[in-house]
Amino acid sequence: MAATQEEIVAGLAEIVNEIAGIPVEDVQMDKSFTDDLDVDSLSMVEVVVAAEERFDVKIPDDDVKNLKTVGDATDYILKHQS
Amino acid sequence: MSKIKPSKGAPYARILGVGGYRPTRVVPNEVILETIDSSDEWIRSRSGITTRHWANDEETVAAMSLEASGKAIADAGITPQQIGAVVVSTVSHFKQTPAVATEIADKLGTDRAAAFDISAGCAGFGYALTLAKGMVVEGSAEYVLVIGVERLSDLTDLQDRKTAFLFGDGAGAAVVGPSKEPAIGPTVWGSEGDKSETIKQTVPWTDYREGAAHRPEKFPAITQEGQAVFRWAVFEMAKVAQQALDAAGITAAELDVFIPHQANMRIIDSMVKTLKLPESVTVARDVETTGNTSAASIPLAMERLLATGEAKSGDTALVIGFGAGLAYAATVVTLP
Repeated sequence: MAATQEEIVAGLAEIVNEIAGIPVEDVQMDKSFTDDLDVDSLSMVEVVVAAEERFDVKIPDDDVKNLKTVGDATDYILKHQS
Repeated sequence: MSKIKPSKGAPYARILGVGGYRPTRVVPNEVILETIDSSDEWIRSRSGITTRHWANDEETVAAMSLEASGKAIADAGITPQQIGAVVVSTVSHFKQTPAVATEIADKLGTDRAAAFDISAGCAGFGYALTLAKGMVVEGSAEYVLVIGVERLSDLTDLQDRKTAFLFGDGAGAAVVGPSKEPAIGPTVWGSEGDKSETIKQTVPWTDYREGAAHRPEKFPAITQEGQAVFRWAVFEMAKVAQQALDAAGITAAELDVFIPHQANMRIIDSMVKTLKLPESVTVARDVETTGNTSAASIPLAMERLLATGEAKSGDTALVIGFGAGLAYAATVVTLP
């Protein structure tokens, strides 16, 4: 069953916490991965791959650069999850 | 029909000796920062690199190879005359004909050994090792000298803040010869030419021909798409590494040493995590002070681990090279 927006944000928060050590509660829709959450471009790749597995979605390299905020990633997953 | 006598090789092959050469000039991040807008902290956090070696005019591809080869031959306990073939993997020898391997074979004092260069980027050592193993087992050479050598400083755009800090120069050599026991496992290798744009030389040499319509302002350099390379290297190459372990019948718990291509510390750390290697496995992290030396990185890292005692002769090591092509090669070996 497809994940809801709340479930996706919570899932991304767990992933970002696991990969970058950022507190789960800091991961909010309006936060920028690089500017607010200190997720650099390489960690972002790890976040994307973990999100792909968790939400059964494909996020090609060309789309990764458009995912600036947690909201961008959440919307992308909502739209593309199978 | 006439009957052709088959060649006769050894039952198995092994790496008998390894040697390395790092150029005398050590280049810290401060020097890189003279031409790019970045910081020591940024370079360290993105790559784990603190210093790299850059060759001077005397430290040519052939000269560095000769130094590394001399050590590998001594380590193997053979003479140059016993070497039947010399295989050099490089992308930074700028005189394409003749192959630099012929000069090396001659200057080492081999007895007219077969000699040729191959181009497989950062997978080059694994490709050359696979060829060497085949030659030893098939019988076309009793001992094969495998060399990975690069002067990547010649192919580095010092104004490119994404790659200027990455590359280094050096040579690594290994002698492959006969063995009674299997000591080089099956190679898992391949190429993904559909991803060739992710790591490449900016422009072809022919753009510099006299009368060329458009002559580039800058000398060719290696460029790469960092995120795409990182994803491929960590997640796709971890699968290849696992396949090489499976093909050799070795479990992660049985593995002593992991020597991935020294591309970037972040790739190495993420691969270790993705492969779930136990803490008992020694991991090569030579990239910190050697930078990314492409085809030379695996034998250089192997030599350092053995020299420092972090790894020992007889240890079981997983080696995997991956890079431009995109090409890759992984195998399990017994360390010399």
